[in-house]
Parts: sequence; structure tokens; C-alpha cells
Amino acid sequence: MRREAPQKLSDYGPLLFPAGMLIVFFVIPFATMIAVSFFKRDPAGFYSTAFVFDNYARFLSLFFGKVLGFSLFLAIAVAICCVLLAVPFTYLLSRSSRRTQVVWLVGLLSVLSLSEVIIGFAWSTLFSRTAGITNLLVAIGLMSQPVALNPSFGAVLTAMVYQALPYTVLVLYPALVRLDPTLTEAARTLGASPITSFFTVVVPALRNTIMATLIMVFIFALGSYLLPQILGRPQHWTLSVLITDQAIYQSNMPFAAAMAVFLVLVTLGLVGLTLLAGRKGEAA
Amino acid sequence: MSGLALQNITKQFGTFTAVKNVSLTVPHGTFVCLLGPSGCGKTTLMRMIAGLDLPTEGAIKLDDADITRVPTHKRDLGMVFQSLALFPHLTVGENIAYSLRIRGVGKEDQKKRVDELLSMIHLSGYADRPVAKLSGGQRQRVAIARALAISPKLFLLDEPLSALDAKLREAMQVELRQLQQRLGITTIVVTHDQREAMTMADTVVVMNSGEIRQAAAPVEIYRRPADTFVADFIGMTNLFDFTADSAGRTNALGSSIEGLQVPGGLSKGVLSVRPEDVHLTAPGHGAIAGRVTFVRDLGGTIETFVEAGGKQIVAVSMPHARPDVTVGQDVGIKLSPDACVVLKS
Repeated sequence: MRREAPQKLSDYGPLLFPAGMLIVFFVIPFATMIAVSFFKRDPAGFYSTAFVFDNYARFLSLFFGKVLGFSLFLAIAVAICCVLLAVPFTYLLSRSSRRTQVVWLVGLLSVLSLSEVIIGFAWSTLFSRTAGITNLLVAIGLMSQPVALNPSFGAVLTAMVYQALPYTVLVLYPALVRLDPTLTEAARTLGASPITSFFTVVVPALRNTIMATLIMVFIFALGSYLLPQILGRPQHWTLSVLITDQAIYQSNMPFAAAMAVFLVLVTLGLVGLTLLAGRKGEAA
Repeated sequence: MSGLALQNITKQFGTFTAVKNVSLTVPHGTFVCLLGPSGCGKTTLMRMIAGLDLPTEGAIKLDDADITRVPTHKRDLGMVFQSLALFPHLTVGENIAYSLRIRGVGKEDQKKRVDELLSMIHLSGYADRPVAKLSGGQRQRVAIARALAISPKLFLLDEPLSALDAKLREAMQVELRQLQQRLGITTIVVTHDQREAMTMADTVVVMNSGEIRQAAAPVEIYRRPADTFVADFIGMTNLFDFTADSAGRTNALGSSIEGLQVPGGLSKGVLSVRPEDVHLTAPGHGAIAGRVTFVRDLGGTIETFVEAGGKQIVAVSMPHARPDVTVGQDVGIKLSPDACVVLKS
């Protein structure tokens, strides 16, 4: 549906409410955060108004660089794992009977209702030595004795993939359902085996969707701060964990704000680069 | 036998039988149209030939080799889908080269073959265009070229022209038939459009509710339909009941039809007479009595609707033989015995 462009000031009326909400709950807090990031910390109280770059300067150290690097690596790993698992799964789901689809989608939606805390503690139990899944492996004779699987990078990754997978599937699902099933049939009549047709037709036809999903999961995973603490060692802590730590436990709001702003900038930069690469690939 | 042979093919979806015990042979180089109303099983039959569906019973043989369970991608066929199913992420050239690329044909050979096919479909120079930028007719041609890239043994088309407008469709029918004759490729087309089938096919296979009603040359199907369904489905026809006495003399529309002898033992049935075989004369003189109810003058042909014996009979004539009648006038109907097809009711 195409409508006329707004003519009078009153035509913008319907935008007032969302614009107001956006300003009150997003623009103002974000602006405050940017402002605070330049403030000076007051050890006695909270912070005092100033305009210093100390907070950003402090951030430019090897330690925080490493944490930032790990955060980005973890988020990328989660995004790639999620997409690798979700694309074939959702493809098969979209080709199965309606009943099967409903059952799976309801199951996935119920995972969404779990809070990060519950997911974290559930997995920490599953990965524990006393009650974890290794006991099952011992029971069927694959292992000689149960071991603790956490804290470890694998545990953090597993739980984060578990948490992000439903979102991934739900984002991919509409695109895969809309994908014309005769495309793969055509590929098969042209001599492609089912697997070849999946990689030469389904995946390339969904290129943009897959790209968008990667970015979404990446950003989603970047914000995770509970699971790395529950299931990881301190070296598996992400920048989000440090931001929380600085803001809540160290009462260093200006430094936490500076880190948050920096994280936002790096994220935007990466997303921009990805989109640019995607556009170049399309032009070629 | 060289060609495609379907032997007692049955396909069931749950309790629904889509195709019932169908047998058909298609010699190499022939053009066969599967024709029928929607839901008659023609598309299912084609999907089984392509290997996209497995028959519940029966065998499919190609050059005497049983291919019933051979997967689609090993059948060496080309298929054009109703939706065309062009790959949206590939250019025209890449679409056409897809089957060659999958088979590992070298880049140079791919390009040569694509150029050859593009000139065959009159789209030379379109190789680098995205398929989204093509018109309906052009997309149609690209789909045909893509299916023919490997010179398949079997060329299958599922309602290939249904997305085109009427004029383009007629033109493409002729083009497709000429292409098939030039390449001599064994071709099977699914269609619900009887004009399309009559234009293109060597053999028209009329299907209804999962069964083959008649398989014959187009003119044969038109002139000698096997049953009332075929007679009614192909072109316009007048169908009306008749009775016959022990000597084989027939009576229909309230009068006897002179000269028509029905096979012995048949006491009643249905007659099919094409509208162009219905001749209007003056009433009396042994003609069937009727009354004109409507005249439809289409310019090229004139259809006269006549009520006779409680049935509506349509007569079609050309302008030079325009019947001199008006609505409400009493007329006589002459039916030549040769033009009457006797069918079981």
C-alpha cells in the first residue's frame, strides 16, 4: 500500500506517541550514558560532572582489549553455531507436516519463556560432575567416571547457543516457509542430489536472510552477561560482565558507561562492515 | 521398446487415490499431452515420471530399464515447472548452466552451450541479466532452455504456459511444438487447456479422476471420443440420449435418425454430435423438429441454439453459410449419421 507523503504538521500526529516513547526510553538514557562516560568518578560518592577522556583512556589496555576480543569472538561463535544448526533444522521443519511444525515451534517458544538465570543454572547442573550428563555416558559405558564439564568455554558456548537458537529458528522460519519448494525440485530434475540442491539453491537463495540472522544472533549474544559468569571461568567473561561489574559492584558509572559506548561503536562498526561486504558480494 | 513406458501405475495419498492403474507408452520423439480437469491426477503422474513422487504400485521404464526407484537427479530429464522455479539468485546464464555446472562441465563448454541455447530461444545476449528483470515470456523461455541444457532423454512440462496471457500462450504453443520437432525430443506436457493439447501433441491423453479415458491423436480424440467425458471435455459438443430398437434403428430428440445404425444389442445410450455437424433446414421432411431460442453471432462463427425434444442443441456455422433464422422460428435439424458418435451412457 502506497500512501501520500505527509502534507501538514498534523499528519505526523500518529508518530507522536512512538516518537515520544523512543525519546524518553531510548534517546534520553543513551544520551545520559554518553554524557556520563565523560564524567569523572567521585570515589566518595557517585560521579561528578566533568569532561575527561580518562575513562576511555583506561579502557585502552591489553586487559580490556583481550576481553573485548573474547566478547566479539564468543558472539561470532554463537552466531555461527546457531545459524549452522538452525538453517538445516528450519529447512527440514518447513518441509515437514503442519502438525510436526506446530509441535516444534511450540517447544521452541517455550524455551524463549525461560529466563537466562534458569538456563544458566539448568546447564550448570547438566554439566556438573555429580548430576550431569556425563553420568549418563558412564551408565551406558562410554566413560569410566563422571566429570565436570563446567566451568569451561564449551559450557558457555552451549548454553548461549541453546538460548539463542529459538530466536534464530523463528527469524529463519518465515523465509524458509516462503521459499518456493519447486526450486529444490527443479534443482533435482537438473541433476542435483538433495544435499547439492540444498547448498546450491536453498542457501544462496536465503543469503540475505542468513546474513541478517547472523547479525541478529551476534548482537543478541554480545549482550549476554549471566551465562559467562555462571558457566565460565573469569577468562570467559565478556565485556558485558565487566560493564555490570563496574556499574553495580565497583560503583564506577563513568567507566561502565565508557565501555558500553565503546561496545556499541564496535558493534555498529562490525555490522556496517558485514552489510558492506554483503552488498559488494551482491554486486559481483 | 525404446521410449517411456508406464505400467499399471497407481498412486495413493492416504486413502485418496490420485492415479488409478495407468498404463501408457510414449515412443521416443513423440509429443504427449496429459489433459484433464484440475485434480485428475495428471500432475501427479508427471511427478512420478520425474521421480519427485514414488508410485504406490506399478513400474516406470525408460528404454526397457526400470527407473521406478531411480532418484530424480539420476534420471537425465529436463522439467519445466508451473511456477518455472528459476533460481532467483542466479543470472539467466547461470540458471541455464546449472545442470552443466552440477555435472562438472568445464567453464568454456558451459558458456558455449548457454550461448547456443540462448540463441535457440531468441534471447542472445541475455546471459548476464538477473532473472527478475525478465518478462513472463522471457522467463518461460529461460526455463525451457535450462531444462534442455543437458539434452535430456525426457522433456517434461507441467502447465508451462498457464502464467502467460492468452495471446502469448498461443504463440508459445506453436513455438514449443516447432522446437520439439526440431530437436526430436520426447516431450510430455501437462495441461488443462484443450486448445494447447490440440495444438502441440502427437498424442493427447485425456484423464479424469486418476484414470486415462482416452489416448489418441488430437483429431481422433475430437472426432471419435471414447466416452461422454472425453466428448464433453474436448471442444463443444451436443450430448443427448437415444434409444434403439432391436433392428438398430435409433430414436433421439423425439424423432428417428435416418441412416444411423448402432451396434447390435445396444438399446440406449448417448449420441455426441459436434456443433459444426448440426445442419439446420426447413421443418418437416424427416428432420428433427426444433425451435430457435438464441443466436450468438461472434463474427467468425455463428452459434444457433435450438430446443429440440427438451434438449438444447447448438449448431455452429460459418458466416458464408449463415442460417436464415430468427429467435422463435421453427426449424428442422439434420444429423448426418457419420457425424454421430455413439457412446455408452
